Order: sequence, then C-alpha cells, then structure tokens
Amino acid sequence: MTDASLKAVDERQDGVAEELATRPKIIGARVKRTEDPRLLTGKGAYVDDRKVAGMLHVAFRRSDHSHALIKSIDVSAARQAAGVVAVLTAEDMSEINAVFATSRMRDYHTTPITALASKKVRYVGEPIVGVVAKSRYLAEDALELIEVEFEPLPVVIDPETACLPSAAVLHDDAGTNVLCFREFKTGDADAAIASAPIRVSGRFRFYRKTPVAMENRTYLAEYEVGRDELTLYTSSQVPGIIRDALSDALDMPGSQLRVIAPDVGGGFGGKASLYPEEIFVAVAARRLGCAVKWTSDRMEDLAATSQGFDQIVNAELALDANGNAVALKADVIGDVGAYSIYPWTAVIEPVQVVSFLPGPYKIANYLGRVRGVATSKPPTGPYRGVGRPTSTFVTERLMDMAAQRLGMDPVALRLRNMIQPDEFPHRIGSGIIWDQCAFTECLNAACDKVDYPTLRARQAQARAAGRWFGIGVACYAELTGIGSRISVAPGMPINTGTETAKITIDSTGAVTAAFGVTAMGQGLETTLAQVVAEHLGGRVKDIRVIQGDSAAVPNATGSYASRSAVLAGGAATLAAKEVKDKIIRAASHLLETGPEDLVVEDGKVSVVGTDRALTFRQLARAVYLEMRRIPADKREELASTKTYDPVFGTSATAAHLAVVEINPDTLEIKLERFVVAEDCGRLINPMIVDGQVHGGVAQGIGAALYEEVVYNDEGQNVTASLVDYIIPTATEIPPIEVVHIEAASLTTLGGFRGMGEGGTIGAPAAVANAVADAVAPLGIDILELPVSPERLFRLIENSKQHKDATHGHET
Amino acid sequence: MTEPVVIRITVNGVEYEKSVEPRLLLSDFLRNDLGLTGTHVGCEHGVCGACTVLVNGESARSCLFLAVQLDGAQVETVEGLGTAHAMHPIQQAFHECHALQCGFCTPGMLITTVDLLKKFPEADDEQIREGLSGNLCRCTGYQNIVRAVRMAADELKAREVKEAAS
Ligand code: FES
Ligand code: FES
Repeated sequence: MTDASLKAVDERQDGVAEELATRPKIIGARVKRTEDPRLLTGKGAYVDDRKVAGMLHVAFRRSDHSHALIKSIDVSAARQAAGVVAVLTAEDMSEINAVFATSRMRDYHTTPITALASKKVRYVGEPIVGVVAKSRYLAEDALELIEVEFEPLPVVIDPETACLPSAAVLHDDAGTNVLCFREFKTGDADAAIASAPIRVSGRFRFYRKTPVAMENRTYLAEYEVGRDELTLYTSSQVPGIIRDALSDALDMPGSQLRVIAPDVGGGFGGKASLYPEEIFVAVAARRLGCAVKWTSDRMEDLAATSQGFDQIVNAELALDANGNAVALKADVIGDVGAYSIYPWTAVIEPVQVVSFLPGPYKIANYLGRVRGVATSKPPTGPYRGVGRPTSTFVTERLMDMAAQRLGMDPVALRLRNMIQPDEFPHRIGSGIIWDQCAFTECLNAACDKVDYPTLRARQAQARAAGRWFGIGVACYAELTGIGSRISVAPGMPINTGTETAKITIDSTGAVTAAFGVTAMGQGLETTLAQVVAEHLGGRVKDIRVIQGDSAAVPNATGSYASRSAVLAGGAATLAAKEVKDKIIRAASHLLETGPEDLVVEDGKVSVVGTDRALTFRQLARAVYLEMRRIPADKREELASTKTYDPVFGTSATAAHLAVVEINPDTLEIKLERFVVAEDCGRLINPMIVDGQVHGGVAQGIGAALYEEVVYNDEGQNVTASLVDYIIPTATEIPPIEVVHIEAASLTTLGGFRGMGEGGTIGAPAAVANAVADAVAPLGIDILELPVSPERLFRLIENSKQHKDATHGHET
Repeated sequence: MTEPVVIRITVNGVEYEKSVEPRLLLSDFLRNDLGLTGTHVGCEHGVCGACTVLVNGESARSCLFLAVQLDGAQVETVEGLGTAHAMHPIQQAFHECHALQCGFCTPGMLITTVDLLKKFPEADDEQIREGLSGNLCRCTGYQNIVRAVRMAADELKAREVKEAAS
C-alpha cells in the first residue's frame, strides 16, 4: 500500500472513530439476533421449504465411474415411466453455453462447466442425466431405467503421479493435469538454507475434507412464461455471482433473471461456487415452463459438493544458531479434483497455501512453488480457511520442530521471529503485505489466559507420571475484507472488492437496508442492522435488512473470504450517514431550526434541549405525502445507495492454544482446553464473533482429528455417508475460551477487520502441535492430518519397529 | 408400487386423516403433506438428528419412520413448541445464548432437548453433551447450545417450583 493511500484511509478513519466515540454504541453491543425467532419456531424459509403449484422435482443419474468415456445413453424407458415429465441429457442442452472460470494467471488451464457431462465423466457422482418428474420419489424410480454405457479410462487418483507425463489426462484441451503453476521468490532460499546451522523439514500431508453444511444444496427455479422471467431460489452464498453466470449460460438479461438465497443452512465455502445442478434446474424450468426443484441428499452432497484442503507440502525451514528464521522453502501439490470451479478457479486454494506459508514471521528468504493438479475426484473449491489451514499447519509444525531442535520454548521462538508491533506494514516473502497486525499481542494473550509457565510445569509433572500430555500453539494472519486491488483468487476477473448498500426510508417511515451479501448463519441481518442503526440514528429492531437477493442492488457477489462485515459494513456506514444528513436537512426545515441543533437517535429527530421531535414516520409523511410542507426544490428522497471499496483490505490475526491428553491404551485424543486470542478489529457484535470462533474451531478440530474424504484406487468415495465421514459432535468439542484483542483496522471504514474463517485456520495446527508435543517423548512427528487414533497407532508402531531395527544394527 | 393407505395421525394436537403411499417417509409427510417445514432433513440416514420429532412423547428420527407406521400416533414437531411471540423456555434459552447460527439443526436440537430435560431435569454439562451427541451442528461448536440447555433446565425447574408453591 502506498503512503498516500494509507494516509487517505487514515483520514477517513479518523472521522468515523471520532463519531463512534461520542455516541452510545450499538456497534459493539451483544444484540440478540433478529433472525432467531423465525428460525427457532420452524418458520425459517430455506429453499426446500418453498412449494409452488405445479412444481416438478429432479433426480440425477450420476457417474459411477471415476474416469470414463460415455459410449451411449438410453433414456427411452425412463421417459415412459410413471410421473416423468422430461429426461434430459447433455445433448438436449446443447444451446446452453458452458461456463469457464477464467484467470489472467499464466500457466493456468480452465475447464468447461456444464449442467450435465457429455462424452466423458471425470469423477464418481458427476451428473449425466436429469429426470424431471412429479415427485422426487418418481424421479428416483425412473433413474433405475436409464442405461449408460461407459468405456473406462485410467483412474487418476494420486496427485503426484497425475503430474507425470505418463499419466492419463483428464482434459484433452488442457493437455496436462497440471492446471496451474506458480512460484513466489524473495531472496535466495537455497543459498540461505545451505549455510544455515539449523534445518527442519518434512513432507506434510493435509487430507481432503468436505464442508458438510447441515442443509444440503437445494435449488428451485420458478418461471414466468408470459414475461420469460426466471427466479432461482438457491442455497448459495453468492447469488449475485450465480445470476451473472446464468445470464451468460442462458443468454438472458439480468432484468429477467433473479437469484435469491433465502435462509441458508450453513455454507462454509461449499455453497460459494456455481454448480451443474443449479444450471440444470434453471434450464429445465425455462424449457418446461414451470417450477423445477432439486434437493440434494447427503450422499450426493458428499459426492458432488466442492471439497477442499487436499495438499502435499514438502517444506524446509532454516534458522541461525540463535533461532532466527532465515529461509523457508516449499513445494506444494494441490489436488484440485476434476474441474476448475467457477468463479474461483482451481488456483484459489493451492496458491493460497504458498502465499500464506511465511505467516506472521520475518523470513528474509522464501521460495514457494505450487502446482494445482487435476484428479478424477470432485472439484475442490473454497472451504472455510482456504489453503491457510494447510499453510498454518506446515509453518507452525516447522516452528515447533525447530524449537525442539534448538531446545527452545516454542512460544519464545515464535515471539522472536514474529513481525513486531513497530515493524508494520510488513511485506512477507510471497508479496503479501500485513497492515498493523496483533501477532505478538495475540500470542501473549493466549499464553496469559492459560498461565503458560504453570501449564508447562503441569506438563512436566504429567510426563514424569507417564502421561501423554501436550501443549500446542498456532499463530496466523489472513487477508480479510479485501478490496478491488487484490483478487480473491489470483488473476480472477470478477470484482470481489466492492459492496453496495441501499438504504431507504419509505413513506411510512420504515427503514429498509438492502445489500448484496448473503447470510448463511452468520447473523448479518443483525450485525448490518447494528451498523445502520448506529450511523442513521435508528433502532436495530426497526431496520429491515434485505440480503441474498441479486435484485436488491445492481451488482453483488455474496459472502465469502471473511468480507461481509468489512465491505457491507463500510457501505452501510456511508449510505446511513447520507440518509441521516437528508433527515437532518428535512427536519431542519420542518422544525425551523439549524442542523447543528438536531440529533437523530432511536428512530426520531429532535431539537437538542427541547421536547420538539419528529419520529421517522412523521418526518417521512411530511417529506413524501404532505404537500407543500417542504418546498419542491428542497424535497429529497430519504434514500442513499453507496458502494464501498476498501481498495486493499485488511487482515485478521489470532493465536490458538490447545491442550491435549492422549490415552496411551486407546490412543483417544482428548482436548483438555482450547484458547483463541483473536483480533478481528472493531467488534460489531461480540456474541456473534464468539459464535463464529467456536464454530470455526470446531471445524478445525474436525479437520485435525476426524475428517477425511477417502477415495479408493477405483476412484470410489468410501466415506460417502455421515457414518464414514465423521464430523465432531458435542462430546468431542471442548469449551472454547475466546480473548478479543480488538485492534481497530486503520485501513477500513469503521475499523472492522472481518472474520469467520479464522477458527478453522488456526485449530488444525494448534491441535497437531499439541498432539506432537504429547507424543514427543516417543520420537514421533505429526506430519499428516487428520491424526486419527488409527494413524497415530501406525506412527507409534513404525517408530517402535524403527527403533528395534536401529537397535538390531547396533548390537 | 403399492396402493396408498389411509392413516390417522395427531400432529401438534391436530388430528389428520391422510392417504399416503406406504414408502413415504415421516419426514417427507410432515414437510410436504402437512406443510410443517420446521422439521429439517440433513442426511436421510438417521445420523444428523435434524429431523428429530417426538413420537408418542419420545424423541425419534422422522427420516427413519414411514408415515404408515404412525397410524394412530401422536407426533410433536418444533411448530408445536412455541411461537415467535411466545417462545417455549427452551427456544428462549437458545435465543439468549446464541445457540443457533444457520438454524438448520435447531429444530432437531430443540426437540431432543425437550426429551433430554424430561428424562434428566438435573443433567450436568457432560450429560447434556452426551444427550446431544446424536444431533450434528456444523455452525456453533456446540458450546452455546450446551449453555442454552443448562439455562432452559434451570428455567424449567424454577417454573416447576413456582407451580408447586402456588
Ligand atoms: S435427516 Fe434424519 S437423522 Fe439426518
Ligand atoms: S446452527 Fe447451523 S447447523 Fe447448527
């Protein structure tokens, strides 16, 4: 960031900070959520709850092959089946344009995204035929009657062999399975490593996960024949992106195409991309002239929703004899699955891994290389944390390995290497610039919370008694609320850097605030109402927040990348202030008093020190309905639309600390304590922030200990139910203790830094370090996640054998 | 396909007589035939607990029942608990404690809690966690749910004491 732009945001920031300091704070209050009453009483409106007359239902015949040519499809019997209205294959949809996730990045290959597979299938679960029938039951019945003849091709499962020239290629147009390649270089890592006295390294493996939102994906397209208007109700985090993509695919203007995400039952990134089934229901509804719905079942969700966190990282960290890190080198292979997902591309996750590897540390020399490799598995996409759970896992494991080698305390080693409070902004080896980040503050706060020296003493006692007791820390930063100068995915042409708020007071005095962001559980209706109320002088309960609707504002994308509080919060601030100015101008005329004597608070405008006041309702009537109260040339609509662009964005930071005890007999890993010290800038609603941290950490613990999507050699998913893909229950997650640092961001309006993903970024590394610490006396390193009891058992057995073998040699 | 069967079933105190296909799941019957969409379906294989309802007073997974099996039964769903303006103490406690985010698991959690607190009104945190372990939530990390259940337990006990005294 240039000095001039920093100065500009500083100035903007000052104004806001000043104002916030002088007023009662709605921003910062633990306001209970306005969305709760409907959700608690069974009156939420999720897509699958919606029912319209004549609605038809879809079931998909999916591929049971990992990689195969489609030789023929026979749907004639299915077309005759009871209740079936249409059976569609790729051939029937040839007029629909394929969608491509493009990127300006060199060495990137895109892949076509279509509703149904044509000619070739590339993962088990890929949709091939869509049956549209009067009920889901009847649609599924007809699936049995479809005959697909396949010619199997070599399965491409292992990402390392998929890179080899001898590997079968999934996309002939790309000519290679390596869909992207990138290198980041600062200094000379090889030379620095060669001359360093301390070197630690490993082959780290983070195995594939899947987001598992409790609501499966579901889409309902409604069609108005007379106007050729299509409305898609979708369980999506990005209705604006879907609207724009469908506009291209179906060749329809946005005015005839509306995409609405009503109540959404969790997303975590799994609902942030365009899906084939979404295109299918839209096409089918228009084709058949009626409403068409598809609701995924859990098996389909585990087979065909975007997955994530599937990387192999060979990394080495070098330090001098005093424990100062001098170089980091990493080679990353990201298994991206069969397609480059829209709009994020296959690049997003693997490149984030190499971008964030240097983390919060000063490391002068860095070399990071990454390849994103296609395999015959479902596409990967954004999943809470995106790449950073892996980068944090690797760097934080290396830090602990180095501390062990140096005989240094791991916290002390980190504090020594961290970018210090007076060293910001700081550019790390991959080029990311950290604005003022609370690295040392967070780590110290987490340690204070547990009384770290005492905890270490307790560990020594436990160890002496033969117990396996471990402590692990992990520190990281993430870029949040990023503006138009940085793409969420490298080289992605879609602008993810702005958000718009449209605030209106109508003629009844009601306040409506419309946004392009989308809530899928994070309580945006409440937090955005808080921001609007604060700056407008309204009451939270009176503000109706509209979100998740592509028609609400001209351009919108949605919610991802921990951006909504920063971007929508910023836009809300700007628009609310402008409406407030208009209120004051109108009131000053109506109450015949100077603007400086007016205050707007609690939904009314009053003359200071008097009982003269107008409620929003009275004011709105005077402005809109009562002729001649305000002269025509002075009358203004009480509305404002503002777009906010943080340009660069900001960053959020945290330190996680986990305490584990492992049962040496059963190898059960029990989390004794989990502490998060975090800085997401100014808090809008601490209650909601705590909830986001709890949930993120729970997913991180799942990633560290339980969750793994497993594909066998035939490319079949052997974890295709919630019995096999295990997510944590209430008995596995300990109480999570959260400490807030709240260092307001200097680069965003309102000082918000954004959050939501962080819990999942820090927790896997902290848990891995705690487990490694617990088993350190056995001479075991933890290099793979999840570290299930089974994996731990194998590690222990291997190390025993290894010891026996070495012992054998010696004697 | 076998012929539809007529069943009589009481849901949230209302009696229904409906003709259903033998293969129709109770969850689909509640959601599609009765329009009670508060009961959610998260897995259709009995693992997630989102579809939990009370059948004759006991918590049960509506995705594992066929509607025809419930001829003559009493069923309670989340819609029978309380309304937005007059919430049940358990719903109120979930609201106070921020025990829901996306709300998808919530109806199942609420109904499970009704059953749990009926059986173990004195449940401690560990028993609460155990009692909720058949209900998956991907959003909250469970902590606030456990807190809410404890708050609801206290409130329900206090009410009982008050009623006994009056
Ligand atoms: S839907 Fe019944 S248990 Fe998951
Ligand atoms: S609140 Fe979203 S799954 Fe529990």
